[in-house]
Amino acid sequence: MSLDRSVTNSMPANRKKLMNRSKRRTGRRHPLATVALLALGLVFTGGAYAALSSGSVAQAEAEPTSQETIEEGKKLFQANCATCHGLDAQGNNGPSLIGVGAASVDFQVGTGRMPMQMQGPQAQVKPPQFTDEQVKQLAYYVASLGPGPDIPADHLVNGGGDAANGAELFRINCAMCHNVAGAGGALTEGKFAPALTGVSGVHIYEAMVTGPQNMPVFNDLNISPEDKRDIITYLKYVQDNRSPGGFELGSLGPVAEGLLIWIFGLGSIVAITVWITAKSN
Amino acid sequence: MSTATTRSTAPEKRSFTAAASEYVNDRTGIAVAIKGLGRKAFPDHWSFLLGEVALFSFVVVLVSGTFLTFFFQASMAEVEYDGSYVPLKGVEMSVAMASTLDISFDIRGGLFVRQMHHWAALLFVAAIGLHMLRVFFTGAFRKPREINWVFGFLLFVLAMAEGFTGYSLPDDLLSGNGLRIIDGMVKGIPLIGTWTSFLLFGGEFPGTAIVGRLYTLHILLLPALVVALIAVHVGYVFIHKHTQFAGPGRQPTNSVGPPILPIYAAKAGGFMFIIWGVISLIAAMFTINPIWNYGPYDPSPVSAGTQPDWYIGFADGALRLIPPGWEFVWLDRTWSFNILVPLIAIGIFLVLVVGYPFIEAWVKGDKREHHIADRPRNAPIRTAIGAAGVTFYAGLWAAASSDLLATHFSLTMEGVINALQATVILGPIIAYFITKRVCIALQKKDREIVLHGYESGRIVKLPGGEFIEVHQPLDEYDRWRLVSFESYEPLMIRPDARGKITAGQRLRASVSRWFFEDRIAPVTRGELEAAHSSHHAEVDTTHG
Ligand code: HEC
Ligand code: HEC
Ligand code: HEM
Repeated sequence: MSLDRSVTNSMPANRKKLMNRSKRRTGRRHPLATVALLALGLVFTGGAYAALSSGSVAQAEAEPTSQETIEEGKKLFQANCATCHGLDAQGNNGPSLIGVGAASVDFQVGTGRMPMQMQGPQAQVKPPQFTDEQVKQLAYYVASLGPGPDIPADHLVNGGGDAANGAELFRINCAMCHNVAGAGGALTEGKFAPALTGVSGVHIYEAMVTGPQNMPVFNDLNISPEDKRDIITYLKYVQDNRSPGGFELGSLGPVAEGLLIWIFGLGSIVAITVWITAKSN
Repeated sequence: MSTATTRSTAPEKRSFTAAASEYVNDRTGIAVAIKGLGRKAFPDHWSFLLGEVALFSFVVVLVSGTFLTFFFQASMAEVEYDGSYVPLKGVEMSVAMASTLDISFDIRGGLFVRQMHHWAALLFVAAIGLHMLRVFFTGAFRKPREINWVFGFLLFVLAMAEGFTGYSLPDDLLSGNGLRIIDGMVKGIPLIGTWTSFLLFGGEFPGTAIVGRLYTLHILLLPALVVALIAVHVGYVFIHKHTQFAGPGRQPTNSVGPPILPIYAAKAGGFMFIIWGVISLIAAMFTINPIWNYGPYDPSPVSAGTQPDWYIGFADGALRLIPPGWEFVWLDRTWSFNILVPLIAIGIFLVLVVGYPFIEAWVKGDKREHHIADRPRNAPIRTAIGAAGVTFYAGLWAAASSDLLATHFSLTMEGVINALQATVILGPIIAYFITKRVCIALQKKDREIVLHGYESGRIVKLPGGEFIEVHQPLDEYDRWRLVSFESYEPLMIRPDARGKITAGQRLRASVSRWFFEDRIAPVTRGELEAAHSSHHAEVDTTHG
């Protein structure tokens, strides 16, 4: 990480991101080549698009941000994040945050990933440690340092899109890591794509535009804002509508089904056979 | 039974049932058959019912499957989905997929029957598996039942094939991924692979023919074979009679237990409804194969957590365990040892399973018939081999869920795979030795009990001040159970008629030594009497 930083510090933010990520990936060849390769491909295309279109990303500036908000954010940042990200977010033990945008901060802090507690394969989700307002302050402080993706507008994240289109896009772009029903899945070296149940629309959107940690970036050329809205719509549909077939068994597929039939199905039947053949006295 | 008694009653007072049964009997002579069958005895150990669990779940599969055929359309023509599941509306998919969605959402009771079919299929194969283990560990495959072991094995393989073809029918993402793996495996076979794949799929994968072809296999050819083999298999069980555990009055020539009619038939009939009920309950409560999540098959997306049904898991696991880099180009061809090695390993494993009865009989030089089931501990080597086989299979099986093991126990993928590689290679050896030791220890304990009785927990102080524990002698029944088993000795090498010792004989003698070197002989009558005469006071002075 620190090596990456020294090499990449002088580059524009998005390029840096691209390099950081591609380094992290190409260094480790792995038997799970399909997943890794797909991810790599997506990272490259995502990153390259981001680099090419860096101007367009920050356009959706929703609220005018006052100097006061930014000042508050700066104070919070220096108290809570500077040890890792540096006093001016230029990077220290953690990566530089210049140009990651408000969306990235809102996602990382809003889902409780940041401030990071434990060094591990990937930052863990914890109960968020800041109020919504503080999160926004942090986000706009970081956004003021360099252009980056903004927190998405409400109409994009409220789940009012086309679920069928979203489902298809989700299967093509996300299911290889997150599982078709968003139940999560394993990546290499202890990293994993988390289950997407209970994640808010805003955070889903932000995850796509910022590509947290081991997830690729899906920028607006890659998946348009309307398509992102559709994906969110689909994920919300899956969350709000229980499976018509009964308990989902964690949507884990045939493994959970196999365990159920062996343990409960055959288990209860064996118990019955024991009862049937018990001596009747 | 009732038919036999109705004949003697006055004709004018006959009930309707009696009249009806006589009508049938006069035209079919079925009473004789029923009487014959009805007097067959059925031994009453719970594990002897596992075969029936398989049989009855197959009945559920058959009935529910027939319902599905009314609505399922095995065509790969593209249509735009227009059913009631919103997140798929307007999506292009095959007719097979669309009709399965219709079964799930738009046909009354369809989803329930679909889930029943799939859950019953899983239970069917699971019951066969457990049934096979029972037969193995009690030595019920010995002469004259070796042939039936082979039929049973074929049923197991056919059931897996039935399951896999069924799993591939709905043409959803999971089906397609499964077929893609099969396609890859077929193509990995040198020389004929690619041709075979083209033949199978009617062109380049996935083509438009495969679902129709699998459908023919799934509802016509394979079920016909399964039904025929079940008939033969169960027929043989009637001819050979059931094996039974040793006990007083239980001879190799008889079979002790309640007669099939009326008690057993009633119990079995009830049992069928119980199984039906368990499957219905599961089908009503738990989702299985939610194809609406997976969406239509399309070669580009792959889902995390893509797994086959449990009974194909061991093959998937074998593929996952192969380390990277076992595929290389040589002589202008790609040699896919990452596929060939698992295929060969599984092939050898299956051949060993089906051939085991013959191997064991050869090693023992045993040509006698056996009708008394072994207690697993009394055949330590067989039990140990079985445990090794189970460990091997379980390792492969677990490997099919390596990704879920990693995420759910916060482990790394690599760690899980390496641990399972070790399990598959070293695990069987460790399991073998542990099981053998445990069996022999249990046999020793049995011997103690037969010779000296149970520890009663009652401590007595002798006049001399010594404390001893009173041992309670066994009753006749328990003793019978513990002493009646056969013990083999290693075969000696004997020259054949021409005074030669063949290599085959040498091999056999050494395998036989390995089998029977460590053994515990059953207690003999002499030993028993000797032990008893020293127990006059009903106290055991040898155990202070
Ligand atoms: C213990 C050290 C640590 C602390 C404290 C910490 N971070 Fe981080 N942060 C990291 C590391 C390491 C990464 C890179 C994680 C990765 O990519 O695997 C990171 C990544 C991020 C990212 C994502 C950057 C990108 O490329 O999109 C954001 C945004 C972020 N941190 C914000 C914050 C904020 C805001 C705080 C304070 C509330 C904070 N962090 C506190 C270590 C820390
Ligand atoms: C290469 C695999 C990969 C792909 C493809 C991928 N993700 Fe992710 N995703 C991840 C990983 C890894 C994380 C966890 C990152 C972290 O913990 O910081 C993640 C996190 C997320 C989160 C945050 C979940 C939470 O619990 O807070 C969301 C939401 C998300 N992804 C949505 C998507 C969507 C939508 C897509 C498709 C457009 C997608 N992902 C594609 C790997 C992937
Ligand atoms: C050993 C016996 C059998 C096994 C193990 C078996 C297994 C399966 C499985 C796993 C599926 C996938 C179901 C799903 O979508 O989740 C399936 C589908 C199907 N089976 Fe069977 N089956 C068996 C026998 C039969 C028989 C005898 C019939 C018809 C008479 C039948 C008719 C069907 C049909 C029409 C489908 C497709 C419909 C659907 O996918 O919902 N099956 N089978």
